[in-house]
Amino acid sequence: MIKLDSLTNSIGEWLKGTGPESDIVMSSRVRLARNLAQYPFVGRASDQERGEVQQFLRSRLLQLPSRLSLDYVDVGGLGELDRQFLVERQLISREHAEAAGSRGVAIDTHEQLSLMINEEDHLRIQCVHSGLDLESVWRQISAVDDEIETVVPYAFHSRWGYLTACPTNVGTGIRVSVMLHLPALVITRQIDKVFRSLHKISLAVRGLYGEGSQAFGDFYQISNQTTLGKTEQELIAQVADVVPVLIDYERRARDFLVRETEQNIHDQVSRAYGILRTAQTITAEETMQLLSRVRMGVLLGLLDDVDVSDVNLLLVRTQPAHLQKLRGVELDTKDRNIERARFLRNYFETGSAEAN
Amino acid sequence: MRCQQCDKQAMFHITELETGEVREVHLCEDHARSYLNQSEGASQPSESPGPLGVAQTAEELSELDQKVCEMCGITFFEFRNQGRLGCPHDYVQFEQELEPLIANIHGAVEHTGRRPQRAAGSELPESTESLTRVIGLRKGIREAVEQEEYERAGTLRDEINQVLDNWHAEQQTADGTDSSQPSESPSSS
Ligand SMILES: [Zn+2]
Ligand SMILES: [Zn+2]
Repeated sequence: MIKLDSLTNSIGEWLKGTGPESDIVMSSRVRLARNLAQYPFVGRASDQERGEVQQFLRSRLLQLPSRLSLDYVDVGGLGELDRQFLVERQLISREHAEAAGSRGVAIDTHEQLSLMINEEDHLRIQCVHSGLDLESVWRQISAVDDEIETVVPYAFHSRWGYLTACPTNVGTGIRVSVMLHLPALVITRQIDKVFRSLHKISLAVRGLYGEGSQAFGDFYQISNQTTLGKTEQELIAQVADVVPVLIDYERRARDFLVRETEQNIHDQVSRAYGILRTAQTITAEETMQLLSRVRMGVLLGLLDDVDVSDVNLLLVRTQPAHLQKLRGVELDTKDRNIERARFLRNYFETGSAEAN
Repeated sequence: MRCQQCDKQAMFHITELETGEVREVHLCEDHARSYLNQSEGASQPSESPGPLGVAQTAEELSELDQKVCEMCGITFFEFRNQGRLGCPHDYVQFEQELEPLIANIHGAVEHTGRRPQRAAGSELPESTESLTRVIGLRKGIREAVEQEEYERAGTLRDEINQVLDNWHAEQQTADGTDSSQPSESPSSS
């Protein structure tokens, strides 16, 4: 059984802040949807069948020939705080956290792999790496998928491919996504134009979510929309091809801000930093927004006493469930906001989260 | 934030630029998909008024809705309402009905990606369709038990084991391993 508390002190793969283009690309992710041939899909399975699917997959995942070191978490048996915690780390989906019935997730020690059991499909395999690194993500996840397939009869049809509960995922069952930090495109109001051009090539864009499900910061996820009729490599390329363009736009917008509005942008960044260091109570949304500005400021060389890795760490540790787990008590919204402000002040004062 | 068209959480925040005006649309994954397919649809003319992209009268539609999957028992109507299929066999059972829908979503009707390794270079069918029979048999057992027909339940249980054994045997002869046996727990009757 995994010790969720041990995760509290690590940062998680997607916020490590390393890897190619990591000034703009936070993470690269691939997800595969798979189902067992001999069971109804999750939404139509009886409680007993769901329980059997969980047992069947759990026992096989934990005994894969390569001895992948996976820890299994019975999500159905977790309290709300722990489930929320896994969502904040992007190891399970919000839907998986909030669902009912037998369900679980297997997570590898590096938090790169997570395998959700009984989400919308029997098995959802996810692999994430820091920075822009879709190729190695694909290499890793396809090897895991192959290995599972030697011990699990995945539902497959020669014409339709891998069969999924929702026809929108049928075929490859793949979703390829890249998460980007695009503050300069937001500030210069070019982001809408960018989204519009993405829709034209049938890519989806979504914001990241904080407390109360409001979009936060300037983090956006670009992913493919179709799963059938193209190979996995083609679908990966569809996303991968657009990322350098977005990186280029964002870099140009950052350059523009420094060149044309230097004082203004310096002011914005410094104020954001100032609030984070002195606030007495602060919401998760405001924190994300300000951290996003500070992150850009650091990367532009406008703030020299903060590190990008600090900002990445704070992005995850100031989220509600993390905050409560670090504090060791459950807190209501009001107390969380006070605790969050205290945590931030302390962090910037001592330069470490451990001192809290 | 909620989806503008249903109660689910809005996952997609689409910004439309129309005649210089910015309009925000907030949708769940499913509604965003149909929304985006719609706005893209200009290049794929669908003359049909039917939700499935084929010409349908109300009568034809209600007839279609009554089609049932013989394995999991889902009706096409239930699928249309929930947007989720009941079991892998549905792709065979409703193949004709699903085809225009899938074509509409993906702009394609044929998988070209990876295929199961187990079937490669052997006589084995790639499709796992034969295994889906277990779903129907399991449903039969539940019904038999409800009606206290325990003997029938036992027969069905034997049939399940037969299907699983056959599958297992096929796999074994194919690659000499016995790893992919989908075992059935006896407690499930
Ligand atoms: Zn909706
Ligand atoms: Zn079915």
